[in-house]
Amino acid sequence: MEIVFLAFILILSIFLGFELINKVPATLHTPLMSGSNAISGITLIGAIVSSGSEHEFIATVLGTAAVAFASINVVGGYLVTDRMLGMFKKKKLEGNK
Amino acid sequence: MSAAILINLAYIASAILFIFGLKQLSSPETARRGNVISSVGMLIAVVVTLLNQGIVDYKWIAVGVVAGSIVGIFAARTVAMTAMPEMVALFNGFGGLASLLVGWAALYDGTTTAFIAVTIFLSILIGGVTFTGSLIAWGKLSEKMNSRPMLFSGQQIVNSLLMLAIVACGVLFAMDPTNVTWLYVLIGLSFVFGVMFVIPIGGGDMPVVISLLNSYSGLAACAAGFAINNLLLIVAGSLVGASGIILTQIMCKAMNRSLSNVLFSGFGSPKTSSQQVEGTVKPIVPEDAYYILEAASSVLIVPGYGMAVAQAQHVVKELQELLEKNGCEVIYGVHPVAGRMPGHMNVLLAEADVSYDVLQEMDQVNPRIDNFDVSIVIGANDVVNPAAREDEGSPLYGMPIINVDKSKTVFVLKRSMASGFAGVENPLFFKDNTRMLFGDAKESISALVREFG
Repeated sequence: MEIVFLAFILILSIFLGFELINKVPATLHTPLMSGSNAISGITLIGAIVSSGSEHEFIATVLGTAAVAFASINVVGGYLVTDRMLGMFKKKKLEGNK
Repeated sequence: MSAAILINLAYIASAILFIFGLKQLSSPETARRGNVISSVGMLIAVVVTLLNQGIVDYKWIAVGVVAGSIVGIFAARTVAMTAMPEMVALFNGFGGLASLLVGWAALYDGTTTAFIAVTIFLSILIGGVTFTGSLIAWGKLSEKMNSRPMLFSGQQIVNSLLMLAIVACGVLFAMDPTNVTWLYVLIGLSFVFGVMFVIPIGGGDMPVVISLLNSYSGLAACAAGFAINNLLLIVAGSLVGASGIILTQIMCKAMNRSLSNVLFSGFGSPKTSSQQVEGTVKPIVPEDAYYILEAASSVLIVPGYGMAVAQAQHVVKELQELLEKNGCEVIYGVHPVAGRMPGHMNVLLAEADVSYDVLQEMDQVNPRIDNFDVSIVIGANDVVNPAAREDEGSPLYGMPIINVDKSKTVFVLKRSMASGFAGVENPLFFKDNTRMLFGDAKESISALVREFG
């Protein structure tokens, strides 16, 4: 049952993803990619559990490395997306003559 | 309330914030706020995860987070906008590697059932392929390695054998998860497979590849979510997976090629063109171009990556302002594959302070193309090649293009008469209404700007 439940969530999320992303204009596709990249860094929370739990030493090592790589993704991804989106400006009214 | 329930409720809140964040990306006005909302979702997820009772030691978590954040901040601050495709490729790879490691570590987390073994197998496979595939894509994009497709005889056979070996490893591992040897072999094979997957793909097709790898990095997170039974990983991972797939489709459509064609064939062997290009090339000097522009009431600028290479976007913006002051309407027509990743050209223009309301997509400018007095093609070639419409023998045939040849006058800024990335002759240069402005794009535009001054 557990498997069915997880699969159910998976299918619904994929459909939701299609609906959401189809509405993103081509102008914003690069920020979309870097932003979704940051979201895929969600692996970070799995990595945190592996890194901090009382496991064999190897699990701690793997978890810590995963935390570092996922953090690059999350922190770098959100910051660079913000930097890019900050450059998108609407025409100022006084510029229109 | 127990901590487990609290954590899961917070995960639901995070998922909602991710979804709202993506929804806000549907308009440039709200997009920046959307990104902040999404990052708040991530922050909540991370903070509540730290409350997990299974966590006994925060030292190594802190080390990982600090190290990763420093690299992330540095990369995000310093990257040049032209280098964005490389960085996204690299980040995709790190995401894949993180998922691989999480899947691997899940092996040491209690008993491994056959189902968990299969999900560990998947997160390692997808994560590994994403990691090395992205590294190769990064190498090709940053020109640290040859960007030409690398093909050798028997490539398909080697890949098929590799795939068989991977499946065999997966089956052996799932049957006996305590035997980690198969897991190590699997990690190695998935790394090799990632390399094999990207080396046959040429630099010009990289927009497709990084979109696809973007999707994989999401799917890897998804698989890791199955392995550690975490719903938020599954939800967020599949959102990203869906996003990457849509972008991949858009890129393939814009290049008029199927995904399998991009992945397996390099750039198709050029067919011989059935059409003879007729007419003569008519060069123009900046002074004459100025008189035409001065009289124009609407101008379409079609930028290509060559504009960014020549660092011409800032002078182009200057020209745009001068034309607007002269009472002329200026629109930028951006082809989906104008840059080196989806939406890349828009970012490069936004960096030069071009406002997003004058950036229009191919489908917006084409219906009114014959109303433009002048189209200025800067550093673009294949995306305005009328052979895609007219010449059935052309390798570009069927690719959607911006029909600049239908506007009243076309200026093509070009260094020389060399053909475009696809190596295809461009009949646009020989049309009656086309004038060639030879020279460096930045120099030519600057000359035009001086004429206005």
